[in-house]
Amino acid sequence: MSSLIELKDIVKLYIMGAEQLYALNGVSLGIDRNEYVAIMGPSGSGKSTLMNIIGCLDTPTSGEYLLNGRNVSEMEDDELADIRNKEIGFVFQTFNLLPRINALYNVELPLIYSGIPKSKRIEMAEQALVSVGLADRMLHKPNELSGGQRQRVAIARALVNNPSIILADEPTGNLDTKTGDEIMMLLSDLHEKGNTIILVTHEEDIANHADRIIKIRDGVIDEDCASVKSVKSSTGTSE
Amino acid sequence: MSRFSEIIESISFAYKSIVANKLRSLLATLGIVIGISAVTLMQTAIEGINRAFESSISSIGADLLYVQKFEWFGNEDWSVYRNRKDIDFRQFNFLKKNLQSAVGMSASIGSPQTLKYRDLMLQNVLVYGTDAEYQFVTGSNMESGRFFTTREATGGYPVCVIGMDIKEAFFPNSDPLEKNIKIANQTYRIIGVLEKQGSMLGLFSLDNQVLIPIERYIQYISGWNTSLSITVKAANVDKLEETKDEIISIMRKVRKVPYGERNDFGVNQQELFKSTYDQLTSLIKIIGTLITLMALIVGSIGIANIMFVSVKERTKEIGVRKALGAKRSSILMQFLIESSVVCLLGGFIGLLISFPVSLIIDALVLPTVMPIWVIVLALFISLLFGVLAGFFPALKASKLDPVDSLRYE
Repeated sequence: MSSLIELKDIVKLYIMGAEQLYALNGVSLGIDRNEYVAIMGPSGSGKSTLMNIIGCLDTPTSGEYLLNGRNVSEMEDDELADIRNKEIGFVFQTFNLLPRINALYNVELPLIYSGIPKSKRIEMAEQALVSVGLADRMLHKPNELSGGQRQRVAIARALVNNPSIILADEPTGNLDTKTGDEIMMLLSDLHEKGNTIILVTHEEDIANHADRIIKIRDGVIDEDCASVKSVKSSTGTSE
Repeated sequence: MSRFSEIIESISFAYKSIVANKLRSLLATLGIVIGISAVTLMQTAIEGINRAFESSISSIGADLLYVQKFEWFGNEDWSVYRNRKDIDFRQFNFLKKNLQSAVGMSASIGSPQTLKYRDLMLQNVLVYGTDAEYQFVTGSNMESGRFFTTREATGGYPVCVIGMDIKEAFFPNSDPLEKNIKIANQTYRIIGVLEKQGSMLGLFSLDNQVLIPIERYIQYISGWNTSLSITVKAANVDKLEETKDEIISIMRKVRKVPYGERNDFGVNQQELFKSTYDQLTSLIKIIGTLITLMALIVGSIGIANIMFVSVKERTKEIGVRKALGAKRSSILMQFLIESSVVCLLGGFIGLLISFPVSLIIDALVLPTVMPIWVIVLALFISLLFGVLAGFFPALKASKLDPVDSLRYE
């Protein structure tokens, strides 16, 4: 049985004038379904590049990336767009909601791109918003919502298409500690419901919500180990 | 299926972004507004002129030929015409005797004169001397009274037939028949009134005329014009060319035009009017189209500019959309639709401006109606320019790298 994500010797090379920069220099790793993984590393370590490649926003210079058994590393732009639409749900540090439209419409966006008819779309988007606890905020625009609420909308948007992976890039980076904790609890809930979650962060505390921590340094995997939390309690319940 | 919901979404998004940037959108669309107003107004005006022309031209019979000293639309140097001989009665009679293919023929001569009735006076009324056949040849109908007889015409009787304008000026509430008026200080008895004929291109009235016996005219009225105009009625419109050829050969003989020389007279017909007119309007159309095309191009450059700014501003949004699964074509379409909506809006505003203006033209200048096809054309043109203006900005947006655009602040 192959893993959900399989990276084989991924290299990402940036050429800036005469300089060559290896953002990733031979990364291989596998992530199984329903894992909760944190990718950690200081800035410039290559963790963002790794996240972009896992999220199919970018393709590696060399190496192979199998997602659900499909070789993503050689796909064209439009095929990648399709993969992102169906397989990956993004949660960003800055939420990245579209400002002029309400929460419900924001959550509908991925469904529009997968061509789901309007009535079904609204039903699915409402469901997703209810599941993140925003049943009473659906028709608010992003600027009428608090930071935590905005991130919940973003999570609903990531969930709505039932993706294989939820990719959260510093999801608490723009939130205060309390709200950040709430968001992390929400992610843990989603994990328990069977979602595969990949968390990108540079904070040890946040990373410890995951079961497994992959540390990146200078474009290679420095350490790949179980988190403190999962060592303490093997059941993986939230605090 | 999926495309359809994307299009709907793009339109509603375009609407939102236009509303969010009202002033900018309005300025961007100004060029299109001006272009579309110009296009529709020009077409409407030409349509109006055409209609006026069609109705005017019908007052010149299609089966008539006018043998005159000059061509209506000659394009030779004046010196060629200056020494031409007048057309006189000898030539008229010779033509009348020899012309086989015509069904009727009438000579006339005219000039503007002053009319008086009691203490009323009219200046610049066209007074024509003509013969009894005039009524049949031109197909003129009488409002009241009768036309003069051959005896009256050749005998130079002091009688006249007046046009409607004269009746309205001199006899607004009374019967003009059997009244005496003065033409060039000579007294004439009114024996008939011609039916109203309207105006030529809305410029001058065809009813501002008086007909008197031609003998009378030649004896008593001296105008600047001393050459006869001969109106020939062909058997029918198809025989026109045949009759024209026959007239030319007879006139050349009687005027002694040497073999190989050009005609020293004109055989004029309605067709000449029409072809000259068509040349003129097509020239106006070409120039007008070029000018409005320029306005539209400038307008669409403005829109392209705004679209580039919009793409730049919304780089992040494009990144987010791509992350959520928007394909290149989706982004391309979104921006194309946005610029098309902006241009269509411009087209609508243009129509909103030009429609009332066309009503004003209709009321004050010349009767005209904005045709439906002009409205459809205007909207089509705005859409076309919207797509043209939006294409490169949209292409640029669609090619943005998702990683870079997500990072863009």
